[in-house]
This record gives sequence, structure tokens and C-alpha cells, in this order.
Amino acid sequence: MKNTLTRLLLPTAAVAGSLALYALTPPARVVPDADNAGLKLPAGFGALVAAETGARARHLTVTPQGVVYVKLSRVKDGKGILTLHPTSTGKATIAGGFGGYGGTGMYNKDGYLYASSDEDVYRYKLDNKGEVTNPTQPEKIITGLINRKQHESKSVVLDNSGNIYVNVGAYSNSCQERDRRPGSMGMPNCPVLDSAGGIWQFKANKLNQKYGDGLRYATGLRNVVGLDWNQQDNKLFVMQHGRDQLHTLFPDKYTEKESAQFPAECMYALDKGDNAGWPYIYYNQEVNKKMMAPEYGGDGKKTVDDKYIDPAAAYPAHMAPNGLLFYTGSMFPEKYKNGAFIAFHGSWNRAPEPQKGYFVVFQPFKNGKPSGNWEVFADNFAGSPEKAASGRADHRPCGLAQGPDGSLYVSDDVKGTIYRIVYNKK
Amino acid sequence: MKHTLLIASLVLLSLPTLAQKKPATTAKKPVASAVSATALTSGKKVYTQNCLTCHMADGGGVQNMNPPLSKTSYVLGDKTRLINVLLNGMEDQEIDGESYQNVMPAHDFLTDQQIADVLTYVRNSFGNKASAVQVGEVKTARAAKKK
Ligand code: HEC
Repeated sequence: MKNTLTRLLLPTAAVAGSLALYALTPPARVVPDADNAGLKLPAGFGALVAAETGARARHLTVTPQGVVYVKLSRVKDGKGILTLHPTSTGKATIAGGFGGYGGTGMYNKDGYLYASSDEDVYRYKLDNKGEVTNPTQPEKIITGLINRKQHESKSVVLDNSGNIYVNVGAYSNSCQERDRRPGSMGMPNCPVLDSAGGIWQFKANKLNQKYGDGLRYATGLRNVVGLDWNQQDNKLFVMQHGRDQLHTLFPDKYTEKESAQFPAECMYALDKGDNAGWPYIYYNQEVNKKMMAPEYGGDGKKTVDDKYIDPAAAYPAHMAPNGLLFYTGSMFPEKYKNGAFIAFHGSWNRAPEPQKGYFVVFQPFKNGKPSGNWEVFADNFAGSPEKAASGRADHRPCGLAQGPDGSLYVSDDVKGTIYRIVYNKK
Repeated sequence: MKHTLLIASLVLLSLPTLAQKKPATTAKKPVASAVSATALTSGKKVYTQNCLTCHMADGGGVQNMNPPLSKTSYVLGDKTRLINVLLNGMEDQEIDGESYQNVMPAHDFLTDQQIADVLTYVRNSFGNKASAVQVGEVKTARAAKKK
């Protein structure tokens, strides 16, 4: 009897054991596509198309087990979140989806998956395989956030103390009496800031929180799409989309060229209570000054010195930073560790000047602060320099995520390509 | 300079006329004839200053943000409806099955002439071919709005 049992059990155990081993052993080396998925990368790096989702892929996140969740801006076949399973080649297969709402936010931490629509934030429980256990019954943790189309996306990130941070973008360009109307002046005490134009803090584990249950953590931020928690500094970092249309709204104060050149796209390190100054100021990255906005009496020369925080770093105008990720992996060379990757979705508001962006930038950091010049890390999402200049890009990078092995995932919200960037040099 | 423009637009305008000559039986189309070169030139100027920033030089718009102006039901459809997009602005409307996140500001600060010209230009650029918008039509729409 005992013998038969062991005889029966042994092979099963062996099979199970080898399966587990197989699952635990990462593929020896992820093989990049021959053309590096069309991307231009620094020496030693390679890229592959992990998946083609054919949907407008916004933010994405990878669980410790390597399951990739992708948030879609529009529901496709009834699904607003796609589940991608890893395979041994490094590519992923689309295993299914859930969450019948469009949105942008997607993040996972400590066994939960967080997702946002343009009004609400949900969380799902993850099991020890990284699979969502309650796809049709998520917990709605935040509800009733303002969505007036413009700057609608609600990006999310968590700290290490049980708080979740949500961007609520301003439903306005520069708080004019009449939005985007040439010459219209700014509203005094911009009322948009009461419910938008900032970052709100909520509890990650409490149901049905509304504005009143949260805290306006930082204000004066026009629209943030990319944000991440810096583990070294234990601080929230965000990327702001700078205001549009200096020239078309105030043609006598700004030339077309100046309008394409300013304002900077800014990175901010935020503490509770910070005010970054929108709509009253914008940042000029040439003179490194906060400038008074023309809607509030500015003329392209008047500066503002007090009151508002300075950016941690500033980048060229209108490139639309949609993803921010602090790299904590060990696959990439040492210089990347704890530095920031920024996905610049690409501009439209530089016309008739050539458009810019459509790349992923690397910003070196030292001791939790930007240190040294940024560089283009992954380029040519657009497909060609001409396509980038005209704004008719094939792909536009949007979300960033780090895989358990340290590879960098990038989503594209034009065609829904999911890129995976790896380092291959020994 | 003005001269070359005129000749160029004359050539352009005569092209469709030539094409129409072939089947002699085709009914006369008043479409192309009603579009004046001056309207196109000044319409382009208004477009560059006021519209290009959002709808782009090629009229192709920006995915998710600003709609294209090529062959949309608004551009090619009812002229009063089109004029009203400029007079009143537009927000939160689906356009040929797509939605856009940006707002279309009211352009009622443009003169009747400027609105007629820019819409004539749009209706005859970016692959569009449609009749001109007349100043009188803009005037009527604006008066109806005031009531
Ligand atoms: C600030 C950006 C902006 C500017 C400037 C702007 N538009 Fe628009 N326009 C939009 C947006 C956004 C919509 C769609 C609004 C919606 O979804 O309801 C739109 C809609 C339209 C439409 C109807 C929809 C379509 O695609 O056919 C027309 C026609 C149009 N605009 C023409 C113009 C013209 C002509 C000008 C210049 C006089 C202009 N727009 C200036 C953003 C802009």
C-alpha cells in the first residue's frame, strides 16, 4: 500500500516540482526583436514587442509574478483592463480582461491592484500568482472626482504608509473667464482649484471616499499624468503638463516661436501643502524663473519669486509627460538605479513649429534629487523624425512600469503596443 | 506676390471645371464657382492664427484631443450648424463616433467676413470640397443667436 502510494505520488511530486522550478526560473535571457521593436536605444539595450493590444493603452503595472495589467482609456470588448501573462520568450499573451470602464490609472502594491476611471478609483485583490480574485466586484475606494473632459485622467500612486495619491487635472487651460478664448483674463482666486488642479491624498483601504474624506495634498498643478513615489527620498514626484497657447491667446505678448518654446514641462517634488502656482505662473526653463501668466498680468518678462515652489527639473515645452517611473531594478547598469524614466507622449501645441517628444527620457538622480542632464533613452516611437515633427506619430509612449526582473515596460496609446526594454550586455 | 497667388488659385479653380467638362450632360455644379480666391487666401490667414494650433496645419486634428476637419459631417454638412460651432464653441459632443477631450472655444470675436472666409477655406481644404459660406449666412446665424 505504502509502496503504491509513493510510487503514485513520486512522479506527481516530481512533475509538480519541475513545474514549480520552471515557473520560478526566469527565462535565461529575454531575446529582443531583431529591430528592437523599432526603437532607438543606448548600446547594450534591446527591446521587444511584448504584446499588441490594439487598444488605447494608458498606464500599466507589473506584479511581482510578472503579470502585466494594462489600463485602457476606452473600453474594448467590454474590458477596460487587460491581463497579460508572461511567457518564456519574454513576450506576453493577452489572457483576458475585466473592469468595464475606461481610464488611465493602474498601479499595484502589497497584493492589491489599483485602477481608475475618470471619476472613481477601484482596487482589486491579487492572489499569490498575481491574479485578480474579484474582477467583477472591486472595492470602490474613491468616488465622485471631477471630470469635465479636459485633463480627465486620474493617475494614482501609493506611498509606504497606506495612502493613495490621485491627480485631479484642471478642467481649463489657464483659468480664463472664458477658457481658451484669445485675450480673456484669468478668474480671481481661480475656483477650479477647489476641486481640481492638484493632487489629492486618500486612504488606500477605505471605501467610498469623497473629496471631503481626502486631503488636497498639493495644489497649483494644471494637469499631472505621470507620477511616482520616490523610495529614496520617501516623497511624491509628479510631472506637470504646462499650459498651452501663449501665442494664440495673447498674440501681442508672445510670438509663435515663444509659444512653442514655453512653458517648461516641470517635474515637482511635493510635500504636503505645496503650491506649484498654476494658473498664476508658468516656468521659463531658459532663465529658470517663474513667470507671471498673461491671464494674470504677465507679459513674458514679469517674474514671480515667492509663494510657489520651484520645479525639481524642467524640460522643453509641450512634450506631454504621461509616465514617470523611478528605476529600482538591477538589470540596467548602475547609473540608472534610482533615476527617473519619463515617457513624453509628444506635443500638439507647438504647431506651426515642429512637434517634439514621442520618446522616453532618463533623468539621473542622486540622493533623491535630479542630478545632471536628462537624456533621450528610448526614441523613435513616432516611426520617423518626419512623423514626430508633424505630430502624426505611429506610437506614443504613455505608461511606464518595471518588471520583476528589472526590465522596463512602456505602453503606447495609439496602437496599443506594449514594449519591453531589456539590458543584455554582461 | 498677389499676382502669383491669383494665377495659382485660378489654375486650381479651373481644374475642377475642366474635369466637369468631359461628360457634357452632367448638371452644372455651382460648388466650385462660388468659392473665391480672396476668401480662400484670407480664410487661410484666419485659420493659421486661430485654428491651426488645435486642428493642425493638415486639418488632421490630434487623436483624443481635437477632431479632424477633413470630411467630417460638421464641416461638409449644414452650413448653419457649422457656423454655430464657431459662434458658440463646442464641448462634449461626439463627432462621427469619436469623442475629444479638449474644448472648442467660441470664436464669436471674429467678424462675419472672417468666419465666412475661414469656413470657406476649411470646406475647400484638407480633401474637402463644398460650397462657400457667405457673409450673409453668418450674419443671419449671429442674429438668430442674439434673439
Ligand atoms: C483650443 C483648441 C481649438 C481651437 C483653437 C479651435 N478648435 Fe475647433 N474644435 C476643437 C475641439 C476640441 C472640437 C470638438 C469639441 C467637442 O468634442 O465637442 C472642435 C470642433 C470643431 C468643429 C466641428 C467638429 C469637426 O471636426 O468637424 C469644427 C468645424 C471646428 N472645430 C472648426 C474650427 C475652426 C474653423 C477654428 C478656428 C476659427 C477652430 N475650430 C479652433 C478645438 C479647437
